[in-house]
Parts: sequence; structure tokens; C-alpha cells
Amino acid sequence: MSHRHLRRSVMLAVAGALSAASLVACGGGSSDDGAAPDGADAEAQCQQLADADSGEAGRDTFVFAASSDPTTLNPFHASDGETFRVSRQIFEGLVSAKPCTADPAPSLATEWETSDDGKSTTFTLREGVEFQDGTPFNGAAVCSMFEYWNNQPAGPAQTEDVTYYWISLFKGFGDKSIYDSCATEGNTATITLKQPYAGFVASMSLPAFSMQSPAALEQYNQVEDGGDPTSSEYGTAHPTGTGPYSFVSWDRGQAVTLKANPTYWGDKAKTENVRITTIADGKARTDALRAGDIDGFDLVGPGDIKPLQDEGFDLVQRPAFNVLYLGFNQKIPALADPKVRQAIALAIDKDAIVSQSMTPGSVPAKEFIPEVVNGYNADVKTYDQDVEQAKALLKEAGQENLELTFNYPTDVSRPYMPSPQDTFNVIRGQLQDVGITITPVADQWSPDYLDKIQGSEDHGIHLLGWTGDYNDTDNFLGVFFGAATNEWGFDNQALFDELSSARQLPTVDEQTPVYEKINADVMDYLPGVPLAHGVPSLAFGEGVKGFVPSPVQDEPFSNITVAE
Amino acid sequence: MLRFAIRRVALLVPTLFGLTLLLFAWVRALPGDPARALLGERATPAAIARVTEVYGFDEPLFSQYFTYMGSLLRGDFGESIKKNEPVLTAFLDKLPATIELTFAALLFAILVGIPLGYVAGRRTGSAADAGAVTISLIGVVTPVFFLALLLKYVFAIQLGIFPTVGRQSARSDATHTTGFYVLDGIINGQPGAAWDAIVHLVLPAIALGTIPLAIIVRMTRAAVSEVIHEDYVRTAEAKGLKASLVNRRHVMRNALLPVVTTIGLQLGLLLAGAVLTETVFALDGVGNYLYQAIRDRDYPVLQGFILFIAIIYALVTLLVDLSYGLIDPRVRES
Repeated sequence: MSHRHLRRSVMLAVAGALSAASLVACGGGSSDDGAAPDGADAEAQCQQLADADSGEAGRDTFVFAASSDPTTLNPFHASDGETFRVSRQIFEGLVSAKPCTADPAPSLATEWETSDDGKSTTFTLREGVEFQDGTPFNGAAVCSMFEYWNNQPAGPAQTEDVTYYWISLFKGFGDKSIYDSCATEGNTATITLKQPYAGFVASMSLPAFSMQSPAALEQYNQVEDGGDPTSSEYGTAHPTGTGPYSFVSWDRGQAVTLKANPTYWGDKAKTENVRITTIADGKARTDALRAGDIDGFDLVGPGDIKPLQDEGFDLVQRPAFNVLYLGFNQKIPALADPKVRQAIALAIDKDAIVSQSMTPGSVPAKEFIPEVVNGYNADVKTYDQDVEQAKALLKEAGQENLELTFNYPTDVSRPYMPSPQDTFNVIRGQLQDVGITITPVADQWSPDYLDKIQGSEDHGIHLLGWTGDYNDTDNFLGVFFGAATNEWGFDNQALFDELSSARQLPTVDEQTPVYEKINADVMDYLPGVPLAHGVPSLAFGEGVKGFVPSPVQDEPFSNITVAE
Repeated sequence: MLRFAIRRVALLVPTLFGLTLLLFAWVRALPGDPARALLGERATPAAIARVTEVYGFDEPLFSQYFTYMGSLLRGDFGESIKKNEPVLTAFLDKLPATIELTFAALLFAILVGIPLGYVAGRRTGSAADAGAVTISLIGVVTPVFFLALLLKYVFAIQLGIFPTVGRQSARSDATHTTGFYVLDGIINGQPGAAWDAIVHLVLPAIALGTIPLAIIVRMTRAAVSEVIHEDYVRTAEAKGLKASLVNRRHVMRNALLPVVTTIGLQLGLLLAGAVLTETVFALDGVGNYLYQAIRDRDYPVLQGFILFIAIIYALVTLLVDLSYGLIDPRVRES
């Protein structure tokens, strides 16, 4: 099977590109009247940015503010966005993501072919590529990486804290993993798995699976069993990849500094230096942009978007790849009743939630996956707000005086949940309108809130969500409903089995109809109410051009220019 | 004197031992699972179990304590479970920022507080005195974080006179050798970088230095108003000495003795206040790191950093005690 399968996302992106002419042709693309574009416009804006020429070279340094330091410089040992933001500049994977979509695109592999049984994939490797230390990238390097990944030392390196993606996707290390072998011939590398895994090629776009110089790893990454590889010399001072930028320095807590890679195989970086500086506070990042201290930052607060647009800054929206939902804990007897769950769903006006508590461009959610993900089903059962029907259902269920605990987090802003307090307030009002009495319970996000929702039965209805990592339905549905959990409090073996079977199908084409059915089943069963898909915004100074947002944050800075 | 010093140093040992026990108990009593704090939304029961086991969070508390103490005695303060760096390295890395801030705050408190206290003490009951007392009262009662936010809002965000966050401009290409950015700018021949660092220090130093300022004003005022009525001052004035000379040689020299002692003891207050100030101004110092460690339930960092701060505080107190001993024989004989 080749990578040429078309996705709805691609069609949407093309459609968006056709309508892009209606947007202003500036680096950021805020609309003429300053109003926020909706989700489809966000994709159109993205496609327009992807197609646009970047500006002329200007300043020699692009300064971007991150919300936290990277946890390590070796992306294999990380799972957080800020580490990966740095990794995307230094490293490349066998595949990347097509602009404005989550679909795999050629990168260090120019093409690939998966066997009919879904177990073996042969990658044709790009020729003439060198790592930043001058060693060649070839089939041996690819196989060396897979062996390195599969043979992490015992101890911290074999926990989700350090190797989350390998454990999640390859299910363990050594003999316990689903990785079987790697063989190289000419300019190809063939990876064989012990069982089919349809999401394998897409997963190779994750920064965790970037290609790293085996020589540099050997020289700087000596970690004994029981040791923590994140603090190795390689992981703190010698990351070596094939990307457009090379590592210069990491001043912990302050900034990571990068320099254009002179031997890069593709188009050379247009701005010579990149500094990714750490400013933890969102408001402080906004102030720093206003002061001209930085050229751009991510996750603009909902309240800052309009003022920044009005002040002339460019706002770029990243196409949604997440979902916010209202979860039901079925350990609460009333919530185990489908009529009560349906009544709550019918009480909710998602448009009001989006307009009053989400970032501009966010869209109401129909199901638990975004539209660009494989298996999205446009025909699932929907629950449009109907207060009278909601009241009738509650009466039918004998819950006219229903009292519910409503948990929500404080002190947090996520791409799918920029302002949980506001979202809570909107929903509380809607539930009160159908006669439900709400007892609010607020907790600090981490670890208190997550502890309560995911680690105990001590919660009622609650706000939570998820940002996808790559285009794999199991990365959403499997995470939510793959097994019995404290969060949902139900034991629906039929649903667990459906998801388990779908995961093991050999190809995406075979998975698609199965996931479409599962999405329909989930919305019939209604374990929670999918509320919205959030569109995170980035803000840039006026002279910044060439940034292209990606739903999976595959956002190298190499095309960026900063006017003097 | 030597016996006095040895006795005081010996007293430090049980103090610090008790502190490790208290710290250990407090940190473990914080609500929230550190494994979940590490894993966030990605925490599955299996993942939490693995992290808990590998990091030893499931060991009995006494066993964890003995392991911790064993490591401490070997000079191993552990490693941050969130940021993956040795606790001692992190502390030494962050300390210059905090020392720089503390020094700037103290400098502000002294340069403003002593003249203000002097004027108030010289003219007790005057409008200047009332003004100084009011300022000092406001300084004492205003919470550091509130003042920090207020200063930032007015002078950085609204007026744009000072930078909002950080120790140096994000665009700065300054070379850092010692970690003290002002000093680095000077020794590396980068006056622009040194000035940039000074400008970044102004608002945090004012926010942090206000409480010591208030205390210094009150101490100076009290001391000056007492000393100016002493016979030797009256004699000096009667001799026809210039007022400036009387002030310098007789009033301030005597009045400043208790003030200097007070200044030394402000260090602990400043270190505590630095947590809030550094957080508001996003300064990459000990306080900010500690704040993040509390949020992340990063046990080794919490234990290590608070212990280091306590050691610094204990050493400063010890130096003050020793200096008392040097000055006053009654102290060392007691």
C-alpha cells in the first residue's frame, strides 16, 4: 500500500485554499473585519500560508517564546510539545506531515510500501543526506535507531515518563515490543513488526521517532541500566539530526539557541539563527511580543487575541486536532442511566460554549475525533439543544430533581480548553435551565484535578479533552474508551472489543469503515458529550513571514523571515 | 571565642537534621500523586504504576527517608524528576539570579531607607517624618506579589518604561560566564548587556526591597532620634562642628550599628519573597524553580532547594551570632 491515500482533510484543505483569496494576504491573515474565522477558515488560512512565498531575508535571528523549557534534547525521551518544537528544527523523521493536515508526507523517506499483511514496511531513503556531525544518513542509521529505541536500558528509560510514544505504540521493549526486525538493502530500510499496525507509517512522523546520528548517540549517550537517559550528555548538549537547524546551546530555563545547518539537504534556513526562549506565563509572552522582545509565541490566551489583532500583530490559527468533552462518570448511579446522559446532552448548546469560552475559530464537536482524523463519521447521532426534551427525559428517568457534582480544573489553559472556568459557567447555566442542580468542584489542574478525574471515582460530570499526536483514530478513541477507567466509570466490553479489533487491522483503508461504525456506536452510547475542537492561535510580530501552522505541530522555522 | 563558634556550629547539625525530617514529611503530605504530575493527561494506570515503582514512590516512608538521608550523607541531593537535572546543579545554576535580585533589593532598601529614616529621625513629628512613617507602614503591609504585579502593570505594561519579564532581553547575545548577568556584562566588556540586566532588575528589586526598606526606615528613624539627643552629639554641635560632620561622624556612625544588624537578618525575608517576585517577573532563579517544583510535586527539588535555603539562612544567622560574640563578650560567655 502506498502513502497516496486521500483523506477528507486534504480535500478540505484544497477547498480551503480555493476560498483563501477572501483572506488578507498578510503574514498572519487575520480577516479584514477583525472577526475570528471559523474552523474551515482556519484550514483555508493555513493552506494560504503554506502556498505563500516567505518574505525577503531580514534580521538574522528569529526569537520565539515557548511556555516551558524542553525536558531533554533527545526527542525519543520526550512527549511534550515544547521539547518537540525544538526537535522539529534539529531533527527529521522518515516521514513528516503534509502541510495543514495530519497525513504522512515524504521526509527522509521519499516513499514507502507496506506488505499486505500490514507487518512490513519498506522505506526508500533520501540519498545524499548527512547528519549534522557529517556522518551519512542511510539504511544502517535507520536500523540503528530502531535497535536503539527497542533496547532502552531498564529503569526510567522504560517508563512512560521517558519513552511514552515507544511504549504506547510498540507496547514495550526487547522481546515484549511489537517491533521485530530491521533490514537494509541499497537505499531502503524494511521494518518488520510482529503484528499489523495500520498507524505505523503515520506514527513515524512523531518527533519522538526522528532520525538521530548513531555516531553522536554512541559518543554521548552512555546510559547504564537504571540510569536516566534524559540527563545524558547527548540529551543535554549534543542533539544531532539532519534538520535545517543545528544545535548551538541550551541555557536551561532561559533559551535554546540554534544555527542554520549549512549542509542541510533541502532548502536552507532563511533566518540564520533561531532562539527559543522560555516564558512560562502566557500574559508575560503577550507583553514580550508587544515590547518587541520576541517575534512570536504559541497558545495566545482567548482574551488577548482581539487586542493583539487590533494592535496590528499577525494571528495565525493552527487547524484543530483536539477535542474538548464533558465526561460522565457512570459510577454515579444517575449517570449510568442513558436517559439522563441524553438529557444532559440535549441541555447543552455547543455554539454558546464555543462563542463564549473558546478561542476564535474553534468549532462545535459532533463526535470524539476531529474531522481530519480517519474514521470520522458525519452521520453520527447528534444532540442539538432541546430544553423541553431534556426535561422530559429527566422526568422519564425519575430525575426531575437531579443534583450533580461538576468538576473542572483551574490554573490551566489547554489547546482544547483555553478557559475552563468560562466553559464551566456556560454549561452550568445550561444544565440549571433544565432543572439540574450543580455542585461545582474546582481543583488545580496537575496533579490534583487529573488525580481526581483519572485516578479516582470521586468525581461527577467533568471537563477534559485530548490533543492528538498523529493521524490515528486509536490515538483518540483508544485513549478514551479502550478499557474500563476511573474517569468514565463504565465497563462496556463490546466497545472495548470493537476498538481492540480495529487497532489490529492491517491497513487504514480497512480501518476506516470500522472506525466510522465505532464513532456511531459511541455517540449512541453517549459516554460523554463532545463539546468543541479548539483552534490554538499563535501571534507574530508584524514583519514575520513564512510560518505555516500544522495540526500536529510539524512546524519547522526554516522558512521564516523577520523584516528589519 | 573558638569554643563559642564550635558550639554554634554544632547546634546547626541537629537543626538541619530536624529540618530534613520536617521537609520530608511536609513534601510527602502534599496532596497529589507525583507520578500523575509527571505524566499529565497521558497517565494510564499501568504508566503510573511503572513510574511509581521506578522512582520508589511506593516504598514505605521510613525506607524512602533512610534512602534520602543515605544519599544526602554521600553528597547526593538527587535529581529533579521533572526537569531531569541534578538538584545541586540546578540550585547552583539558579542561585546567581536570586543573589543578584536579593542584592539589588537590599541596595534599593539601603539607599532609600537610610536617608529617609535619617530625615524622619532628625525631624521627628514633622511632615517628612509622617511621610516616612507612612511609607514604611505601607511597605510592611503590602504583600510582595501584589506590589510586584502593580509595578509591572504600571511601569512595564502601561508606561513601557521597564521590561516586563526576564533577566535580559530575549534578543540579547550577551556572554554568560558567572551567571551574574550584570557582572558578566562588565567582565566580558559588554556594557550594553550589563545595562540591560540592570534595567531588568529595577522593578523586581523595588518589589522585593520594599519590606526591608520599611524596616530600615523605622530602625534608622528610631536610632537617629535617640542618638541626636546623646551628650556627645550635643557637645560636638556646641564645639561648632559643621552639621554635616556631626551627622557623618557622630550621628550616623552610632545610629547605623543596629541598622546594619537588621539588614543582615533581612536575608531570610528576601529569599522567601524572591519566590513570589521571581514568579511574577519570570526571573529564572531559585524561587521560580521552587514554585514550579511545588506545582510538579518534584520531591527531590523541594527537599533539596528548601534545605539549601535553610543552610544559607542558618549560616547567615551563625555569622551574625558570631559577630555578636566578637563585639560583646557577654554573649560568648553566656
